[in-house]
Amino acid sequence: MERVLEIANATKYYGNKSNLTKAVDNITFDVDKGEFVGIMGASGSGKTTLLNCIATIDKVTSGHIIISGTDVTELKGSSLNKFRREDLGFIFQDFNLLDTLTAYENIALALTIQKVKPSEIDKRVRKVAETLGITHVLQKYPYQMSGGEKQRVASGRAIITNPKLVLADEPTGALDSKSARQLLENFEYLNEELKATILMVTHDAFTASYCHRILFIKDGKIFNELVRGNDSRKEFFDKIIDVVTLLGGDLNDAL
Amino acid sequence: MMLFKLSLKNIKKSFKDYAIYFLTLILGVAIFYVFNAMDSQQAMMDVSKSKKEIMNLMNNLLGGVSVFVSFVLGFLIIYANKFLIRKRKKEFGIYMTLGMSKGHISKILLIETLLIGLISLAVGLVVGIFFSQLMSIVVAKMFEVDMSSYTFSLSTAAMFKTMIYFGIMYLLVMVLNVFVISRYKLINLITANKQNEKVKIKNPILSIIIFVISIAILSYAYYQVTVNIMNISFKQFVLCIILGIIGTLLFFYGVSGFVLRLVQANKKLYLKNLNMFVLRQINSKINTTVFSMSVICILLFLTITIFSSAMTLNLAVSKDLKEVTPMDIEILQYTDGNDATIETELERLNFNIDNYKDIISFNYYRDKNVTVATALGKEVMRNYSDEFKYNNQMPENLMKLSDYNKVAKQYGSEVLSLAKDEYLVVADYEEVLEYRNMALEGGVKLKVGGREYKPKYDKIVFGFVELSTSHSNTGIFVLPDEALAEVPVSHRVLLANYNADNDAEYDKIENMLEDMTLPDNMSGRSKTQLYDSAVGVGAIVTFIGLYLGIIFLISSAAILALKELSESLDNKERYQILRKIGAADDMINKSLFKQIGIFFLVPLLLAIIHSIFGIKCANEMLSVFGRSGMLVSIILTALFIIAIYGCYFLLTYFSSKRIIQE
Repeated sequence: MERVLEIANATKYYGNKSNLTKAVDNITFDVDKGEFVGIMGASGSGKTTLLNCIATIDKVTSGHIIISGTDVTELKGSSLNKFRREDLGFIFQDFNLLDTLTAYENIALALTIQKVKPSEIDKRVRKVAETLGITHVLQKYPYQMSGGEKQRVASGRAIITNPKLVLADEPTGALDSKSARQLLENFEYLNEELKATILMVTHDAFTASYCHRILFIKDGKIFNELVRGNDSRKEFFDKIIDVVTLLGGDLNDAL
Repeated sequence: MMLFKLSLKNIKKSFKDYAIYFLTLILGVAIFYVFNAMDSQQAMMDVSKSKKEIMNLMNNLLGGVSVFVSFVLGFLIIYANKFLIRKRKKEFGIYMTLGMSKGHISKILLIETLLIGLISLAVGLVVGIFFSQLMSIVVAKMFEVDMSSYTFSLSTAAMFKTMIYFGIMYLLVMVLNVFVISRYKLINLITANKQNEKVKIKNPILSIIIFVISIAILSYAYYQVTVNIMNISFKQFVLCIILGIIGTLLFFYGVSGFVLRLVQANKKLYLKNLNMFVLRQINSKINTTVFSMSVICILLFLTITIFSSAMTLNLAVSKDLKEVTPMDIEILQYTDGNDATIETELERLNFNIDNYKDIISFNYYRDKNVTVATALGKEVMRNYSDEFKYNNQMPENLMKLSDYNKVAKQYGSEVLSLAKDEYLVVADYEEVLEYRNMALEGGVKLKVGGREYKPKYDKIVFGFVELSTSHSNTGIFVLPDEALAEVPVSHRVLLANYNADNDAEYDKIENMLEDMTLPDNMSGRSKTQLYDSAVGVGAIVTFIGLYLGIIFLISSAAILALKELSESLDNKERYQILRKIGAADDMINKSLFKQIGIFFLVPLLLAIIHSIFGIKCANEMLSVFGRSGMLVSIILTALFIIAIYGCYFLLTYFSSKRIIQE
């Protein structure tokens, strides 16, 4: 199996000598191509810092992050930007759609900044929209869409460039349960049918139960790992709850 | 004391945000000082009486314009201040949650305004005093004053005036700030950054329709004020100006939607880099900026038109001056049955005629059968009756050929001859040449003293007889001497040079005429007088044009700059999103450059188009002063606008770049 992501002894410190915070403390793990991996942890556990480091938005203090053979900790400036726009796709909790652009334009933007040929852009946008069931909102502006629709448009923007890795930061955080379920089913589809590799950060057990594998993070360290295997989603959900309980009161809001 | 420290720190901290505000204030103060300090300039001190009068008139006019300018600057300062306060809502929110009262915040703002006011006033005055020295060189050159004994000049009166005017403006700002602060609610202050302007999207079809209507309205107004200017009344003219304003408003309402549609149709352009984003940004912004865009456009239009017209006028006035004043003096006498010649009249007034040399005296004759209408002929009158509706019954000036040749010899122009049934026309006023030539081509016959005369040439002889400040001879009819033997004399003219060996003697003879009281039917004008009045008119229009031009220009540039900066503040988040999805920094900067560039360029472009017609119209109205090539003044205007407007543009771009990178 091809390795999409390798993280080796990633460490991120904040602060100075007298007051040091280890947000990410010596974390090592791999993600294979086509995997759907979840990272769970309470707020302040370091999961978002870790995601930001993978996303090249933040830099690790030490250790290496290798995405498809490229060590992103050694990239700088314009090559970093290039890597980010060509090899990574992002989905954010608060959608991060541009409110002045229509859904179509928001999705197309990811391609125009890659300087893809205009004739190709239209085709690809329509195809992605069809996959995600958002063809009917393409000409709408974000303020005319529901939260679920917005997040699916954002997902469309993330995957249209065929990134090696899709990073999702609490994608269901701002959605109601029905929209969340719909979005996660979309993720499953993208993962299974389009073979997209997804790394998702969440603190919600229900959201996490859609993943193949879950890494639990506490105080910057990997605390536990759970693999779904052949479990049904319900069984996997129960196992997650067990770990969450084990993790202690911190993650109570996971229920 | 704590509040004072806080204010001082705030100013230091946000100095970069204040840069444009400061620049505008300093420029405003400096310009205000320069134009109000004109009278104290040394160049104004020792000049001749007629120059002094013109300078006084100019200073009075500049003083009046200053009142208007202070209103413009006042509004500008209030607007800029509003923007700065808006930017700091969150800061005030924090102060209030910490328990500071609105009174305290008002005090902080009061101290800040006071400090900014004092600093800008001080710096502005220093800059103003410096520029005022440069200005005095310009003034001296214009009025041809000897500047060999140059000294540093400082006008305390102008300084006090500047301080008082700007003091009042700052005071107004302070009062307004207190009022604005008192109306704020804490909740709105804390969440100020999150309150997004609702994106209003206009109906694209409606924008296109409105855009087309605006073009139609503007075209109509353009047509009326240029091609049709001679046929419209003052009321219609005012209507055209109102139409122009409405057209401008509609243009800005519709243009973004129209262009968006246009570009959207071209997928290659639309789906390239961040073009889509830039266009949408502009489209979403221009909705809320229709009014200010229109104001900016109109201000720019005024700047360009006033500036270039003033300069053209100045050039026109001084261009032909040397050419059209070949003699030192001209004295005119209307005959009312009094047969004393000009020479005898002068003798009677104890003026020694030996003061003059190269004397030429001749008569103008008038025949009741030779009027504007008959001289132009029926054909011309039928087709162009409107042009001559006020003066068609005016008698034309007739002149004997021998008299004309005397003048021509003196002026160095061609000596002419006529057969006994021929006449010719001497003229050089561009506006009438066309009609005169038409009449001559048509062979219009003149009836003088019962005999008919036909034109010798089929066009006019370019030239003049009387002294003037520009080519303004509308036409003199030269006939064979015997033709005018029985025709009554209408006035006598005496042309002469001063019999002087040096400047002192020349000035003495010049002053003799000024001190002389000529009888009612006589008038005199000297080369010096013509020069002074021409230069004076030129100077007055140039300085007032310059003054208003600069003020309008910095006002419009500052409004735009502040508007764009506040937009950048609102757009910070959008640029963050772009960066997150991987847009490279140089791509983002380029899109920012395009965006700000378009916002600066569009009102300028429309203003330029307005100006093309405006200048044409102004030219038409000012053509009495003579014409001059527009090119020089247009180049000067362009350089001037590029310098100031360009400065504001770059400052805005770099500040915006800093804001979105925060």
